Parts: sequence; C-alpha cells; structure tokens
Amino acid sequence: MSAEVRLAAAVALVVVTALLPLTATWYFAAVAALLGLTTLLARVPVRTLFRRLLLVEPFAIGTAMLAWWQPDGGRIFLGLLVKSTLCVATMVLLAVTTPFTALVDVLRRARVPPLLVTTLALLDRYRFVLADEALRMRRARASRSFDTRRGLSWATLASVVAVLFLRSTERAERIYAAMCARGWR
Amino acid sequence: MHIPDGFLDAKTAAGAGALALVGLSLALRQARLHLPPRRVPLMGLTAAFVFAGQMVNFPVAGGTSGHLLGATLTAVLVGPSAAVVVLAAVLIVQCFLFADGGVTALGANLVNLALVAPLGGYGVFRAVRPLAAGRRGTVLAAGFAGWCSTVLAAVACAGHLALSGIVPWSTVFPAMAGIHMLIGLGEGAITALVVAAISRSRPELVGGHPEGPARWTDFATLGLIVATVLALSLAPFASSWPDGLERVATALGFAGHAVERPLLDPPLADYRIPGIVSAPLATVLAGTSGALLVLGLAWLLARALVPNRDER
Repeated sequence: MSAEVRLAAAVALVVVTALLPLTATWYFAAVAALLGLTTLLARVPVRTLFRRLLLVEPFAIGTAMLAWWQPDGGRIFLGLLVKSTLCVATMVLLAVTTPFTALVDVLRRARVPPLLVTTLALLDRYRFVLADEALRMRRARASRSFDTRRGLSWATLASVVAVLFLRSTERAERIYAAMCARGWR
Repeated sequence: MHIPDGFLDAKTAAGAGALALVGLSLALRQARLHLPPRRVPLMGLTAAFVFAGQMVNFPVAGGTSGHLLGATLTAVLVGPSAAVVVLAAVLIVQCFLFADGGVTALGANLVNLALVAPLGGYGVFRAVRPLAAGRRGTVLAAGFAGWCSTVLAAVACAGHLALSGIVPWSTVFPAMAGIHMLIGLGEGAITALVVAAISRSRPELVGGHPEGPARWTDFATLGLIVATVLALSLAPFASSWPDGLERVATALGFAGHAVERPLLDPPLADYRIPGIVSAPLATVLAGTSGALLVLGLAWLLARALVPNRDER
C-alpha cells in the first residue's frame, strides 16, 4: 500500500471519528475493531502501541477534564476520551508503519511549498542529532560538576539551551555548504 | 496546549484550518521573499532545536519541572515569518509522528501555537524593546514577550474549545488563562535567560531581522491575524455578557478551587477584583495589572542579567 493511500485513509478515519457525535457508540466500536485488526495484520508490537498511546494520553485527559464541570460532564468526559484515544491510536499506527520520509515525499508530490517540505525533512533528519547533542552536553556537564540535590540553576540550563542553538546555527551553515556542493538549487 | 482530536466541532476545525492555511502561506511567501538561500537549512535546524530544547527540563518547586515552548524565542532568533514556518513544521511532526495534537485540530493548533504565539510574541518584543537601552532592552522584551505569547496562545486555545461548545467559555477561559499566566512566567524567564546567553556571545543573532520593521504589510498581517483570533476568542465572551457577574463568578470560583489553587495562590486569585461590579471589566483589569506586574519582573530580571557596564 502506498504512503499516499495510508495517509489519506488515516486522515479520513480520524476526521470522521473526531467529528461524529459522542452517541455513535457502534461506530466507535467498529473503529476500535478495525484498528485492532490493522495492528495484528501489520504485526505492530502491541507494547509499542500502548507505550506511544500512554505518552500522549495525559494531554487528552487534561483537556477532557475541562468538560467535567458541566451538566452530564462525566459522560462527555468519557466520550471525548474514547474519541481522542481512537484518533491517537490511528495516528500512532500510521507513524509506526510509514517512515516520515515517505510522508514528506507525499507532501512534495502534492505541491506543498518547497520551503515547508525542506524544513520538515531537515527537522526529521536532525531531530535525533540535536537530541544527542543535548544529551552529550548534559553528560559533559555532569562529569565536570557536582550535581546538587536541588538540580541546576535556571541560568545554567538556559546557557545549555543557548549553546544548543549556537551549535545548530553552525551546523546549518555546514549543511548549507554541503547542500550547495551537491548541487542544491 | 495541543488540542487532541475529538475536541473541536466541524465549524471550528474548518474555520481554524482555513485561517491556519492563509497565515501559513502568507508566512511562507514572506520567508521566501526575504530569506537568503543560506538561511533555508537554518529553518530546519531551528525546528530540530525547538524539539531538542524542549528536552531540557527546568526544575520548578515541588519536584515538577517545565520546559521551553519556544515560540517567542524562535521569533526573536530567526524572525517572525520564518518562526511561523518553523513552528508549523514542529507541530506537523508532533501531530503525524507522535500523535501529539489531533489531525482535525491541526488547524487550531497551528493558529494558536504557530501564528498567535510567535507573531504576538514578536509584536510585543518589538514594542517593548525600546523601553531599555541595548542588550538590557532585548532581554527585558524577550522575557515579557515570552509570557505574553504563552497567555495569548492559551486564550486562543480556550476560544477554540469554547467555540466548539465542548466547554463553556466561562469555565475554560479562567482555567486556561490562569494556568498559563503562571506557566508563562517560566516561559518568559527561560526565554530571557536564553536570549541573554546568546546575545552575550553572538549579539548579531538576536532580533535584528531585515524583514522586521521596514514593511508595514508585516504589521498589517500580524495585526489582522491577532485581531481575528482575539475576536474569535472573545465572541463567546461577549455573548455571555448579559449573564453578568453571577454565572461567571460561580464558574470562576469553581475553576479557581479546582485548578488554580493547588498550584499557587496568585495575588489576583479567582481572577477578579472585589468591589468592581462588571465581571468582564474585572477580568480586563486583572489581566492588565498581571501584565504590568510581569513587565516589572522582566525588567528586574533584565537588570540582573545585564549589568550597566555591559549595556553598550
């Protein structure tokens, strides 16, 4: 199945699920069954799926809590929670079965402005690089200084963020040179 | 502040989506016109930086910790239109890769966090910066703008939720605005500290963008977007006007007890000033005095971070 089809199917499923009224219980059950079937067929490890779900569930619960303080709030809260969980599960399934580069390619073919596509592609490529950079800086700092129980001062942490930005700027300059050397533009 | 799927109704989702599309394409056009090709990779790297920067946890009292949101910081560092594109890329990746923020709510999230937050923050930054000279002004403006952009985005988010009819405005507005007036303090402080640290070593990177003040269209666009969002957010507020103090006050008291109290006791708890009859007026007054207080705090922070001898 091509990435276009997967993306379109996932987005369509999410849109319909999100916009249906809370009372469409049978439909939500059907979606849940469909997602379960997809998980089995795509051989997605269930544990991965649940871990990714748990990662974002607190935000959904937090927002749904706002609906509690109104007549019949408990039922609305539950309905919202089921709906958003189904949608999140759909997107997680899409994310674990389709590499992000394939999705970026879909966008490029759909004539999304190249500036946005380039930004997305670079973001995906250097996300881990910069995360590693931040981790290395943390390790270097930890090996050179005492770690007080209270944690570090905000000024120290802010300078870590600042250095992280300066290093990304320098990296961007190197990447630009490399892109030009390979005939970009 | 990412709205998940299922919380917005069709009209809000579609309206916010259209607004986000217009704003994003305007920003892309601006960025393409004004950005030298040399800066194109910087946008991708800045987006990755926002991701990595959010991993650095800042300890808050009571064992909790918070992290940077980065809208104002990005706008100050790479310019407003580039910041819109950068933050949009971050939100799109968060939505499709981490399922953080819904697909149907993507438009609303883009409006709140990729349009209102950076543009509002940048507007405030430019307006406040001349209040103090040199680097001190930059740090002061960055801190205050960080707070403002967080609160603005929260109010826009509350507006989206209320427009969808999921939560009444009188509940969601004080809850969101109250919490984010506190969260914004952290965001403002981090933004000010990071800007101070960057401007110490590379002052040319902070806030000097050719696309900034020269073009009145930028300001017109910014004003239009902010005004539209505020109008959208305030519409349900205006419609609840006749209900007056009673309803809002009960809702406020409720929200105050449930959400605001355990965190901290703000001086303007419950979001209204006793003795002033009109609830909307009290809200506006409370908001204004809160903003002035934060401006004072930002000024103190900037004074501490940039001593006099560094000023020039």
